[in-house]
Amino acid sequence: MEIKVIKNILEANEVIASQNKRLFEDKGVYVVNLMGSPGAGKTTLLEKTVKHLIDKKRIAVIEGDIATSRDAEKIAAHGVPTLQINTGGACHLDGNMVRGGLKEFNFENIDLLFVENVGNLVCPAEFRIGEDDKVMIISATEGDDKPLKYPLMFQVSSLLLLNKVDLLPYIDFDLERFRNDAIRVNPRLEILTISCRTGEGLDNWYRWLEEKINRKRD
Amino acid sequence: MHELAIAQSLLKIVEQEALPFRGARVTRIKLRIGKLSAVVPDALRFAFEVISQGGIAEGASLEIEEVPLRLRCHQCKEVFVVEGPFLICPHCEGLDVEMVSGRELEIKSMEIEDGN
Ligand SMILES: Nc1nc2c(ncn2[C@@H]2O[C@H](COP(=O)(O)OP(=O)(O)OP(=O)(O)O)[C@@H](O)[C@H]2O)c(=O)[nH]1
Ligand SMILES: [Mg+2]
Ligand SMILES: [Zn+2]
Repeated sequence: MEIKVIKNILEANEVIASQNKRLFEDKGVYVVNLMGSPGAGKTTLLEKTVKHLIDKKRIAVIEGDIATSRDAEKIAAHGVPTLQINTGGACHLDGNMVRGGLKEFNFENIDLLFVENVGNLVCPAEFRIGEDDKVMIISATEGDDKPLKYPLMFQVSSLLLLNKVDLLPYIDFDLERFRNDAIRVNPRLEILTISCRTGEGLDNWYRWLEEKINRKRD
Repeated sequence: MHELAIAQSLLKIVEQEALPFRGARVTRIKLRIGKLSAVVPDALRFAFEVISQGGIAEGASLEIEEVPLRLRCHQCKEVFVVEGPFLICPHCEGLDVEMVSGRELEIKSMEIEDGN
């Protein structure tokens, strides 16, 4: 006998992510899900951003990691509330893992919650966690063909940060081609080029972020 | 790699749906997976095979239908099937498009057999 079901397989995660999102809405917390390959510069960007914004905004950070707490220690050293979530081998964070950590924060006193997802260019794209925006960071050294090879992550992101542009003189990376492909894979994608090393372009990123935070609080 | 997590969610739904049919076995599950979803069918099958062992869906086959990528072009006011991954209107080459299908991760139906 055939039984009709017709359900989103990830429905359970969607439900939890929506509950997380409602909590963030209630408290006026703007939430970024930061995704990218291992080594793209997620933690470096977070450290820079925390340092820059700490006097203006109240920030909290969740560090997703397969097994270690190295990144969380780096961020906590800047004096912001930081929670480590070990995924126990899983290649992505999901709504339930994030929900489990929310009681660790007092969201009355938080404007911005950063979530560093597990370093991975594929899996985190399928799992909502309750974020306002997915932000993707990719380093120039990963190659200009990534929009074609990993389109989904580009498609689910609102903002793409091309990092390590200080290295462009040393590698064959066609910036024009990369931009064109990224836009054709996701016409709504905003793109900023940055270097966490030299600081180039970071002002644009800070501006983008502050505008989002302010809009959420109004 | 996230196919394991997807297989786990799928198994939960299957077990839930099969609950009213006591003693039955699930033999086949039909899925609809969008062309742009990042799921590798063989990895999903393998993960499902492993985690369903000893349960009601042990040995069930996964029949996967690929859902094409469809775009609605706001300029042309028409829906087109495209290869992807570019979200571009194949007619006017414009970017003012909206995805109509292609991201599905759905269970459609399942076949159950009496245990007796
Ligand atoms: N040259 C250069 N190096 C950078 C830049 N940003 C980050 N790095 C370096 O890249 C390496 C990896 O950076 P991380 O911030 O740890 O990367 P991540 O994305 O957090 O990595 P995982 O957490 O392991 O997924 C470090 O050695 C950084 O110093 C940049 O703009 N230019
Ligand atoms: Mg990191
Ligand atoms: Zn058109």
